[in-house]
Amino acid sequence: MHRLLRYGRLLIAQMRASTLTLLQYRFDFLADGMLEILWAATALVPLVIVFRARQAVAGWSFGEALLVTGWFTLLQGILEGAINPSLTSVVEHIRTGTLDFVLLKPADAQFLVSTAKFQPWRATNVLTATAVFIYAFRILGRVPSWTDVVTALFLLMTSTLLLYSMWILTISAAFYVVKIDNLSFLFSSIFDAARWPSTIFRGFLSFVFTFVIPLALMTTYPALALLGRLRSPTVMLVLAGSLLFALLARAVWLLSIGKYTSASS
Amino acid sequence: MKAYATARALPTLFKVGFAEAVAYRGEFLVWMFSTTMPLIMLALWSAVAREAPIGRFGEKEFVAYFLATFIVRQLTGSWVSWEINYEIRNGTLSLRLLRPIHPMLTFAIQNLAAQPLRLIVALPMAAIWLVAVGTGQFPHGPLAWLAFGLALLGGWLVTYLASFSIGCLAFFMESSIKIMDVWLTLFFVFSGYLMPVELFPPALRNVLDWLPFRYQIGLPVELLTSAHGAAAAAGLIARQWCWAVALFISASWLWRKGLTRFAAYGG
Repeated sequence: MHRLLRYGRLLIAQMRASTLTLLQYRFDFLADGMLEILWAATALVPLVIVFRARQAVAGWSFGEALLVTGWFTLLQGILEGAINPSLTSVVEHIRTGTLDFVLLKPADAQFLVSTAKFQPWRATNVLTATAVFIYAFRILGRVPSWTDVVTALFLLMTSTLLLYSMWILTISAAFYVVKIDNLSFLFSSIFDAARWPSTIFRGFLSFVFTFVIPLALMTTYPALALLGRLRSPTVMLVLAGSLLFALLARAVWLLSIGKYTSASS
Repeated sequence: MKAYATARALPTLFKVGFAEAVAYRGEFLVWMFSTTMPLIMLALWSAVAREAPIGRFGEKEFVAYFLATFIVRQLTGSWVSWEINYEIRNGTLSLRLLRPIHPMLTFAIQNLAAQPLRLIVALPMAAIWLVAVGTGQFPHGPLAWLAFGLALLGGWLVTYLASFSIGCLAFFMESSIKIMDVWLTLFFVFSGYLMPVELFPPALRNVLDWLPFRYQIGLPVELLTSAHGAAAAAGLIARQWCWAVALFISASWLWRKGLTRFAAYGG
């Protein structure tokens, strides 16, 4: 319990530090927020065009597909606001050898590197996503029940956990192959596939996106939950899968950091 | 005399540019594989076309369209805006200014010299295209191929010169990367990168004919998939090259004006 409190305080301190850094560049802060909204809108344009011509695509109506895009926007905000920035700087730490300073601190290294940097303007994605959700339910002409919302929020946590674990696995590769700055771009562009309902993908890709890179679990399942179409055994399976993935990521991280042999010193 | 000296330096500059691209080949490959968007879009649109074709696009047409988009995007990409921003901020632009060749040319050659390496990814895509949908949609006859070549070159010119112009704005402000981001967003939506321009509502389509974006990707892709007759193609290529000329004028003007403000910080 005491340990947990200490890490809670540490997290707050880290968040405060990155917010203060960002407030130095207030104009950028605003511009980036606006840009995020514009960017989120680009994800909607193809959907609008598609559903002008069709009532349903791969079993999804416009409102339902919008829910998936909403989750995509939300998770993208989490990815680019809370996960990406910190972990990109780990690669730099490993390359220049400054990871030494992190390892010397009396706290878990994975925790420290994962919370090193936040980009609070990505919070605009939460607003955009909420707007998309509200619009989607207006089109569907109904209101989600409370249990559905709670299930969906629960799945949001497992999705975040999955996303984070996948990132840790990617970063662990940096201990072996140093030059991977732009892996974050590759990762984001693969994540782009999560913007459509997973039934759009067929065959091989559908298998990959459910079991290997579990994009379907991240956006399609929460949308199904909001629609009240997800059964509780599936939710339990998703939870078990995410926890397993997280444990695997932790194990690989511990293994890789054991291989770390500072640079230049 | 000056033109002659420049022409003589070109092959060497090409070799240097190519060597640079090869030296960072790992990073380069990751960059290229990051252009997954056409394939993601293909998934959506072919799911739509599976039920019934939309406009003149069935599943096959969409496969051809988005593979062509992937290839054209590889061959017309340009990062010059980021490079100029970076070099202005570090002052390393002064090294470029010392050379007796206009930087607009040296940046361009650096960009083009990486093209052979990009073919490594673009050619397999073309092979997949041949296997998946056959040669039916390829341009018919040498004249159509020539038109495609012109449109491809024009597409690269529009992309490069627009990026160069925006890069030059960094002389006047701290950083113009945000402006480039806005341009990129508009480009993604309106260029035909996410969907064929034909599928936009007619009113919007008329506006798009006057904007530069669709000439960056849309037009070369349409010509590679034989979407236009000869007359329509000629008209569109003419507009594309008008944009290229206009952007060349703006790039040169912004460069000349901006350079007088350059202070080589830290260089």
